[in-house]
This record gives sequence, structure tokens and C-alpha cells, in this order.
Amino acid sequence: MAVRVQEADFDVGAEVEALTGGNKRIGGLTLFVGLVREMHVREGLHRERIDALTLEHYPGMTEKALEEIEAEAHRRWPLEATLIVHRHGRLAAGDRIVLVAVGSPHREAAFEACAFLVDWLKTKAPFWKLEDTPAGEKWVGAHEGDDAAAKRWEKS
Amino acid sequence: MKVRYFAWMKRTVGVAEEQVEPPADVRTVADLVAWLRTRSGGHAEALAEGAAFGAAVDHRTAPFDTPLTGAEEVAFFPPFTGG
Repeated sequence: MAVRVQEADFDVGAEVEALTGGNKRIGGLTLFVGLVREMHVREGLHRERIDALTLEHYPGMTEKALEEIEAEAHRRWPLEATLIVHRHGRLAAGDRIVLVAVGSPHREAAFEACAFLVDWLKTKAPFWKLEDTPAGEKWVGAHEGDDAAAKRWEKS
Repeated sequence: MKVRYFAWMKRTVGVAEEQVEPPADVRTVADLVAWLRTRSGGHAEALAEGAAFGAAVDHRTAPFDTPLTGAEEVAFFPPFTGG
């Protein structure tokens, strides 16, 4: 189990190697890599392209929130290895922003736990996206679809 | 206690953090919000009733009825948009 919040980019291959190296109980490994998508905003009649954003976070709380989400995944599925790496600071379109990796003896748990981790970190970890638009800075609003995605994992 | 603001709330309030000494009748996060609103126009706007924001007490997400007993750091922030 590991959680990292960092400004630097990460090497997916090296992270996978470090996570699974030597653990022969892992039969399935799932990965999610989130990238900064090129976006467009409407400024009056114009549509402007956004090429960069800045990710702010809450040092101290972010790590704790991610560790709790990771621990919850381990309670729900039989997992051998998990890793969450989330970047902060200024990022350009196409940049890697987040890595979630899950290793389990079986693929079902690996697929499900990976989706769970991504859905929950989007709504429960304190990150905020600030877009650089030609008209100035603009904070990204929360996405209702993200709440719905996170809710499907809530236990009744 | 220390109060911190994140994302657009920081801009609206005008400071990223401040040290405050609320009166004894400020017992919960909701009480603190109501008290902070009286500090400035920026506070009133950022923490307005109906504004979409959440809170954390000592680095843990906290509903507004959470007691502030022993709290060292309270944070206010808009909905998270990471991932």
C-alpha cells in the first residue's frame, strides 16, 4: 500500500515494476492513468482552448484522505498491492495527472478496486483544478457524474 | 485556531489562512461559519448561505454539526475536482 502526492511526473513502467516485483501472488494488475485533457470554454460567443491547469491540494489532508480510500479498498477486496500517485502544480494538456494501480490474485477484484479508487479519489480527496483561460483563471466546477460514480460504491 | 481557505474561497476571503479566537458560544463548524461571516465582506461572500462548500476539522472532512472541541485547524473548500 502506498500513496504519493508530488509535483514531478511518474514513470508508469517503473512504478509497476516496483509495485509487483517479487510478488508472485498477484495474478492480475489493473492500471488507471489520468491525463490532462485539452478543454474548451465558452467566453461569450467565443470558444477558447485551455492548454494548462494548476492543481491545488491540501497538504496533510490529501495524503490522509488517499490512505483512507486505499484502506477501504483493501477492506472490500482481496488485494496484494495498491498504489496511488497524484500530481499537483501546473500541468499541460497531455500530461499525466494520476496513477492508480491495483494488484490482486484475480482480475475481478483488480478491476473493481481500481474503478472504486478512481471514483472515490475524485470526490473525497482535496484537489482543485484551476484552468488558465484567456480571460483569466477559472476554477473548475464539480461534475455531477463524478458524484454519481462515487455513490455506486456506497454501502446501504 | 487556524482557519484555512482553498481554491476560489481563498481569493474571495482574501487570505489563505488566518488565526482566529472565536467566542465560547461558537461550538460547531456551522457556528464558526456564521461567526466568520461577520469578519469581512469577502468572508460573508465566500461562506454565504447556499454557497457550495465543505469543511474539514484537523484534516478530516467534517459535517457542519461537527463540534470544534479541541480543534486546531478548520478548513473550508469548494467541492473536490481532482483525478
